[in-house]
Amino acid sequence: MSKKEVLMGNHATSYGVQLARTQVIAAYPITPQTQIVEELSEICARGDLDAKFIKVESEHSAMAATIAASKAGARAFTATSSQGLALMHELLFWAAYGRCPIVLCNVNRAMAPGWSIWSDQTDSLAQRDTGWIQIYCETNQEVLDNMIMAFKLAETVNLPVMVVYDAFILSHTYEPVEIPDISEVDKFLPPFKPKYKLDPSAPYTFDPLCTPDNYMEFRHIMEEAHEGTKKAYLDVAKDFSKRFKRKYGILELIDAEDADILLVTSGSMTSTTRVAVQQLRKQGEKVGICKLRMFRPFPTEALKDAIGNLNGGHRIEKIAVLDRNISHGGGGIWSKEIKGALFGMSTAPKVFSYHLGLGGRDITPDTIKEAYEHVKNNDQPKETVWIGLKR
Amino acid sequence: MRTDPHLFKQGEAIQNYEQKELMTSGHLACPGCGGALAMRMALKELGEDLVVVIPACCWAVIPGPFPYSNMKVPLMHTAFETTGAVISGVRAALDIQGKTETQVMGWAGDGGTFDIGLQALSAAAERNENVIYVCYDNEAYMNTGIQRSSATPEYTWTTTTPTEFPEASPKKNIDRIMAAHAIPYMATTSPAYPHDLMAKFKKAKEIKGFRFIHILASCTAGWKIDSARSIEVMRLATETNAFPIYEVEDGEKYTINIEPKGLPINDYLKLQGRFRHMNDQQRESTQRSVTKNWEWIKKQASNS
Repeated sequence: MSKKEVLMGNHATSYGVQLARTQVIAAYPITPQTQIVEELSEICARGDLDAKFIKVESEHSAMAATIAASKAGARAFTATSSQGLALMHELLFWAAYGRCPIVLCNVNRAMAPGWSIWSDQTDSLAQRDTGWIQIYCETNQEVLDNMIMAFKLAETVNLPVMVVYDAFILSHTYEPVEIPDISEVDKFLPPFKPKYKLDPSAPYTFDPLCTPDNYMEFRHIMEEAHEGTKKAYLDVAKDFSKRFKRKYGILELIDAEDADILLVTSGSMTSTTRVAVQQLRKQGEKVGICKLRMFRPFPTEALKDAIGNLNGGHRIEKIAVLDRNISHGGGGIWSKEIKGALFGMSTAPKVFSYHLGLGGRDITPDTIKEAYEHVKNNDQPKETVWIGLKR
Repeated sequence: MRTDPHLFKQGEAIQNYEQKELMTSGHLACPGCGGALAMRMALKELGEDLVVVIPACCWAVIPGPFPYSNMKVPLMHTAFETTGAVISGVRAALDIQGKTETQVMGWAGDGGTFDIGLQALSAAAERNENVIYVCYDNEAYMNTGIQRSSATPEYTWTTTTPTEFPEASPKKNIDRIMAAHAIPYMATTSPAYPHDLMAKFKKAKEIKGFRFIHILASCTAGWKIDSARSIEVMRLATETNAFPIYEVEDGEKYTINIEPKGLPINDYLKLQGRFRHMNDQQRESTQRSVTKNWEWIKKQASNS
C-alpha cells in the first residue's frame, strides 16, 4: 500500500533512491544537498537498503566511483549541487559517453563567487553538452516520482539522468508526498541487468583509445539514443501513471487553450506562476503556462506541437521565458534553447526573455506579473529583461 | 607473514611459474618497456578472477585502440585522476553482487599516482578499500612526451626540465606517504627482479584491504637508454640504492627484500641519457641522498 508523508525535497530523493533498490551510492556533502547523503548513509547503515555507500573525498571521486559501480553491474546513484557538479564536469562526459545508466540528483544552487547556497539553475544548465538527460521538478512529489522513473529511463536508453530541483524552495521545504509501496516499485523497476559489465567470465575492455576511424560513429549512436529518450520517457511515464496514477510528460500546458501569451517555466517557479496566472485570469488576462520538464534532450518537437497546434491551430502570439540562470554574454539559457527550437516555424510566437530569481532572489507572484506586464505591453522582444533588479 | 624472496629462483624464466598468459602479444608498448613487462608478470600471479582499471598513462594506449585489446581480463579505462575512486566503485559493485573474491587492480603511472591522482589514492587507502593499487613509475609523463612529474629525480633532464635547468626537486617519496596511511601492505619492486615482483603480487593477493605496489618501470625513450639494456638499468637502480626494494606491513613492519650491492650511483646514472648533463657536484649530491634514504629504510627494517 502506498502511504502519504510530509517530506522535504531531499528526503523525497532518498526515499526514491531507496525504493529503486539502488546498490551503490558514492557521495560527498554539499549544501543544500547534504540531507540526501546523510539519510542515505543511515538507511544503508541500518540495512534498510542493501547497498554499499562509499564516503568519497570529493564530488569528482563521487562521480568516478558511481561510473565504476555502474560499469561493474550495479544500480548507482550520487547527489550534488553547484560547485560539486562543476567539479564533476569532466566525469559527466565519462558517464554519458561511457553509456552508464546512473542517476544523479542535483539541487540547483548558484555558482560562486560570491558564495551562495541559494537557488539558481546555472549549475545544471551549464552541464548542457555533457550528454546527460536532465529533468526539472516542480514539487516534492515530482522529485520522488522522477527519481524512480529516472532509473527506468536511464536503464532503457543507457544514458545517465540528472534529476534537478531548486535549493531550499524544494530541498528543505516540506510537502505532502505519496510514497508508493516498494513491491509496486519492484514491478515497475526490475533489477538492473546490463548487457555488458566488468565481469571476469566475459572479459571486455571498456572505454579504450578510439581513433578517428570510430569516434564519430560513437557520437552518432549516442545522439540516436538521445533522440529516442523523448519517446522512452513518455513510455516510462505512461507505465508509471498506469501503476501509480500520476501523469508526467516532457512538458505541461496550463491554461493554454485560449491563451495569447504563455509564460514558459521550469522547476519550482512554476507553482508561483500558477498563482500569478490564476490572479491574472481573474482580471480577464488570456495567459497560460508552458512548464518544461526535460532540458536534455531538448523537447523541440513537443514544444513546436504545444505552441503551434493549440485548440485546432490557435496561435500563441508571445511567449515569455523565465530564466533563473544566466549564460553571461548569451542571456537566459532556456530562452536561447527555445528560440533555437522555434526558429523557422511559420507560426512561431515572439520570444521574450527574462532573468529573475538569480542566486535565490525570491520569485513571488508579483515578480511573475511584472514579467507578464512587460511582455503584454511590448510588441517586439529586444534584449533580455531583468526583473527585480536593484539599480 | 614475510615474503620469501627466494620463492622463485632468480634468473629462472618467468614462463615456468604460471602457464596462463593474460596479456597477449600485439600490444603497443615500446621494446624494452618496463611497464609492459611488469603488467605481464603481475597478471600471471593475479589470475583471471580480476578487474583492471587504467587511467590516462602509457597503459591507456598499450592495450590497443577500439576494437582491439591485449588484455584477457576485464579492463576499464578511466580519467587521469580517478583510479583510487574507480577501483573503490568497482569493488563496491562486485561486493554487492557477492563477488567478494574477485580482485580489483588499479594500474596507474607516476603522474596518475604522485600528482593528479594522489587525492583519490589517499582517500581509497584511508578507507582501506579491498583493492590493489599499482604505480608503475617511469619517473616522468612519458606518454605525453617526457615532461617532469613529482616522481622525477633531482637533476633529471625532461622536456620541461632542460639540461641547463634540470629537475630542481628530489623525487617525492610516495612509499613513505603510503606507509603513513598504515595500509595492510605497501611494497616496492621492479621487473628486473621477476621473482620478487611476482612474489609480491602473490602475497598481495592473499591480503585483504588496501595494497599499494610501487614498480620501477624503465622508459627507453624517456630515460634515453638502449632497449636491450632496460633490465640492466632497472637492476642497477636497486643495486645503487636509487630504488630500494622493500615492503611495509601495516605501516610499521619494514622488510628489505633485495639486499643491494651498494654500487656507486654513477653506475646507474652513466647508462642514461637523461642524466648525461650532470656534473660531479650533482652526482655527489645524488649519491648522498640515495645513501641517506637507504640508511633510513635499513633503520626501519632493523627496528621492525
